[in-house]
Amino acid sequence: MLSRTADNLYWITRYMERAETMARLLAVGGRMALLPSTAAGYHSEWESLLQASGTAEGFARKYGEPVQRNIESYFFFDRDNPSSVAACIGRARENARIVRTALTTQVWDTLNSAFQEMRALERRPRSELDLATLTDWTMRQSALLRGAIDGTQLRNDGWDFLNLGYFLERADNTARVLDVKYYVLLPGVEFVGSGLDNYQWTTLLRAMNAQRGFHWAYGGEVTATKIAHFLILNDMAPRSLFTSVEGMTTHLDRIARTYGRSTEVQSKARSLLAELSELAVDDIFEEGLHEFLTRFIGEVAGIGATIHDVYLSGDQR
Amino acid sequence: MAPAVFNEMYDGGKVRPPYRQLEDWTADMPAALRSLKQKEAEALFRRIGITFAVYGEGGDPDRLIPFDMFPRVFTAAEWTRLERGIKQRARALNAFLMDVYGRGEIVRAGRIPGRLVYRNEAYEKAVAGFVPPRGVYSHIVGIDLVRTGPDEFFVLEDNCRTPSGVSYMLENREIMMRMFPALFQENRIAPVDSYPDLLRRTLTSVAPAKCDRDPTIAILTPGHFNSAYYEHSFLADLMGVELVEGQDLFVEGGLVYMRTTQGPQRVDVIYRRIDDAFLDPLCFRPDSALGVPGLMDAYRSGGVTICSAPGAGVADDKAIYTYVPEMIRFYLGEAPILQNVPTWQCGRDEDLGHVLDNLPELVVKEVHGSGGYGMLVGPKSTREQIAAFADRIKANPSNYIAQPTLALSTVPTFVDEGVAPRHVDLRPYCLVGERVELVPGGLTRVALTEGSLVVNSSQGGGVKDTWVLAE
Repeated sequence: MLSRTADNLYWITRYMERAETMARLLAVGGRMALLPSTAAGYHSEWESLLQASGTAEGFARKYGEPVQRNIESYFFFDRDNPSSVAACIGRARENARIVRTALTTQVWDTLNSAFQEMRALERRPRSELDLATLTDWTMRQSALLRGAIDGTQLRNDGWDFLNLGYFLERADNTARVLDVKYYVLLPGVEFVGSGLDNYQWTTLLRAMNAQRGFHWAYGGEVTATKIAHFLILNDMAPRSLFTSVEGMTTHLDRIARTYGRSTEVQSKARSLLAELSELAVDDIFEEGLHEFLTRFIGEVAGIGATIHDVYLSGDQR
Repeated sequence: MAPAVFNEMYDGGKVRPPYRQLEDWTADMPAALRSLKQKEAEALFRRIGITFAVYGEGGDPDRLIPFDMFPRVFTAAEWTRLERGIKQRARALNAFLMDVYGRGEIVRAGRIPGRLVYRNEAYEKAVAGFVPPRGVYSHIVGIDLVRTGPDEFFVLEDNCRTPSGVSYMLENREIMMRMFPALFQENRIAPVDSYPDLLRRTLTSVAPAKCDRDPTIAILTPGHFNSAYYEHSFLADLMGVELVEGQDLFVEGGLVYMRTTQGPQRVDVIYRRIDDAFLDPLCFRPDSALGVPGLMDAYRSGGVTICSAPGAGVADDKAIYTYVPEMIRFYLGEAPILQNVPTWQCGRDEDLGHVLDNLPELVVKEVHGSGGYGMLVGPKSTREQIAAFADRIKANPSNYIAQPTLALSTVPTFVDEGVAPRHVDLRPYCLVGERVELVPGGLTRVALTEGSLVVNSSQGGGVKDTWVLAE
C-alpha cells in the first residue's frame, strides 16, 4: 500500500480517538460541576481538563478565565483548538476523503455523516445544545466508526494501520490523563492517599468510563494503587496502557507477517509490552508515577516516530 | 433574429420517438414526489461524496453540481453517427500530434500555418522527436458537442489533455437507476459502466518499452484540494489502481517508483490529472511542488508512459481547432462526419474586422480560456459589456476567437414551475489505445437559467443522465 495511504488511515483513527478523549474529559468536567462537593474545587476541575488535554495555553490566550460555557465551546467547536472535537472530526474526515478508496462505503459513510452532522450542530444556536448532547453524540460517532471498521474493513494491512492509530493514540491519551490527574491536580505529596486524592482518582475512572469495570474487577474500596493497576497494568481494562500497547504489538506483528519482514518498530513495541507485563504497581510508585508516565509517553512517541520512518514516510528502501 | 431552437423532446407539439416513455413518466409524477426524489438525489450525491471542492471562497467547500433528473436521450441511429464522428476526430487529433512532434508533414504541405503549431504555448519542445507507445498522445479525448437540429451536430471544442466529468456520467446513471428502476425496465438503455474497464485496458495497452510484465498503473492527482479530486479517487477505485501525488513517486535509474509501506514499487503507466507544467520541476516549472523530478527523463527513455502525453495540448488549442476538419482529410483521407462551428480568428486582420462589426451576434472566447470564463456571449450582453470586450480584443487580437451564437438544442428540465426546456451540450469520452473505444453515453451539461447558453458548472450549469437507446 502507498505509504501516504497508510499515513492517512493511521491518522483517521488517531483523530477519532482523540475526539473521544476530549468528549470524555468534557463529560467528566460537566459532571463534576454539578456536584455540590466540588464547589471549592470547581475552578481547578475545569483547569485540570485544560491541562489534561494539553490545551490550557491556547485557551487562556483566547478566553482567559476557565468558564464552563467557554470551555465547552473550546473543547467541542473551536477550530482554533487543534484538539477540539470539531477539529478532530474534520481532520479525520479529510484524511478519509483522501483515501476514500481504501475504506468501505460504511466506514466512509460513518465519517462523512459525522462530519455533516457536526456542521449541522455548528449551525444550531448554542443554547439548544447541552453538554450531554454533545458528548453523547461524539462517543456515539466514535463507536459507530469503530463498529464500521470492525464489521466491514478487509483484514489487510490497511486495517492494521487503522488499529495502530487507535491503540497508539489511546496509550498516549490514557497516560496523559493519568499524569495530569496525579501530577498537576494534587497540590502536594502530602495529599497522596488523602480524601482529596481518592476523590480525584474516582474522577479519573469516570473519565475513562471505567467506574463499573473497576468495581467488577477489584471490588472494595477505591485506592490509588488499585486504580493505577487498573489503568496501567490490567489487561481487562479497555483503555489501560497494557491493553493499548498489546493492541499496538498485535497489529505491528500482523504487519510484519504480511510483509514478511520484521523491523525495529516491532522489537520496540514488544519490549515495551514485556516491561509492562513484568511490572508491579509498587515498582511504578517506587519509580514515581509521574516519572514512569513521562518515560512511557516518550516511549510511545518513539514507537510512533519509528512507525512513521519505517512505514509512513515511504523512505524505507 | 434568433434562429428556431431545436427541442429534443417535442418536434412541433409531437413527442420525438426516443422520449415517448418519458412523457408518461413526467405526466404521472406528482410534484410532491418529484421534490422528494430531487432531495433524495442530492442526499445521495452528498453521502457518496460526489462533490467538487471549492476552497478559498468561504462557505461550504463541498459543492454539489446540480443534478437534473430529466434524462437526455439519443436513438441508436443518432448515436451510431455520433460515435463514428467522435472516433474519427480522436484518430485525426492523435495523428496530428504524432506528425507535429515528428516530421511535421501537415505544416510542410501548407495545410496548417507553422506558427500556430510551433509557436503555440502548448507545443512542448521537450518531447519533439519522441514517439510514445503506439503513437498515442491523447488517450482520453473529450469532445464537446452541441446540437442545433435533428441531424445537426457541431463540435464546440476538443479536450486532448485531461478532460474531466466522466465520474458524473457514471454516477448520474447509478443514481437514476437507484431512484427510477422502472424507467430502466421500460426503456432499453445502453449501459455505460464498462468505462473504467475500458480505460484500464486502454492504459494497459500503452505500457512503455521497458515494462516486461503486467503494467502497474497509477493516477497522478494534484491532491485532495483539487476540485476534481473526487473523480480521481473514483476512477482509481473503479480501476483498482493507486491514486498517487507527486510526492509519492520518485525516479531512479530511469524508472519511476511509488513509495509504499513495503518499499519502492515500479509504476509503468501514469494517468496524470495535472498539467504539463507541473509534471517535472527539472523539465518545466522549477517552482512546482506537485511534480516528480526526473519524470520526463524516465518518460523519454521509455521507462514510463504518461497519459495524456506531455504536449498533447497543442491539438486542442482553440486556434488549432479550426483546422481539425483539415486534419481528418489530410491524415485519414475521409470527409469529416462532425462539423466545426464556423470560427473567426481575431488574430487574422480580415477576421478581426468582421468580429468587431458583429459582436452583438457572436460568442467570443479566449484562445486558452476554459470554464466559461473570459468569454462574451454577444446576444446576452449589454452595450457597455460589448464595448468593454471590444477593447480587450483590440488590445490582444490573437488571444480571441469568435463564433456565431448557436441555437443550442433544449431538453426538458425540472424547474421550480414544473418542466421547461433548457439548453444542453454533450461531452463524450473517447478512449484511444490499442483500440479506439467509446461507451454509449457522455456527460450532458445543462444551463439551468432560462435562456442561458453557458453550461459550465462554475457558471450555474447542471448535469443530466445521458441515455443511448439500444436498437
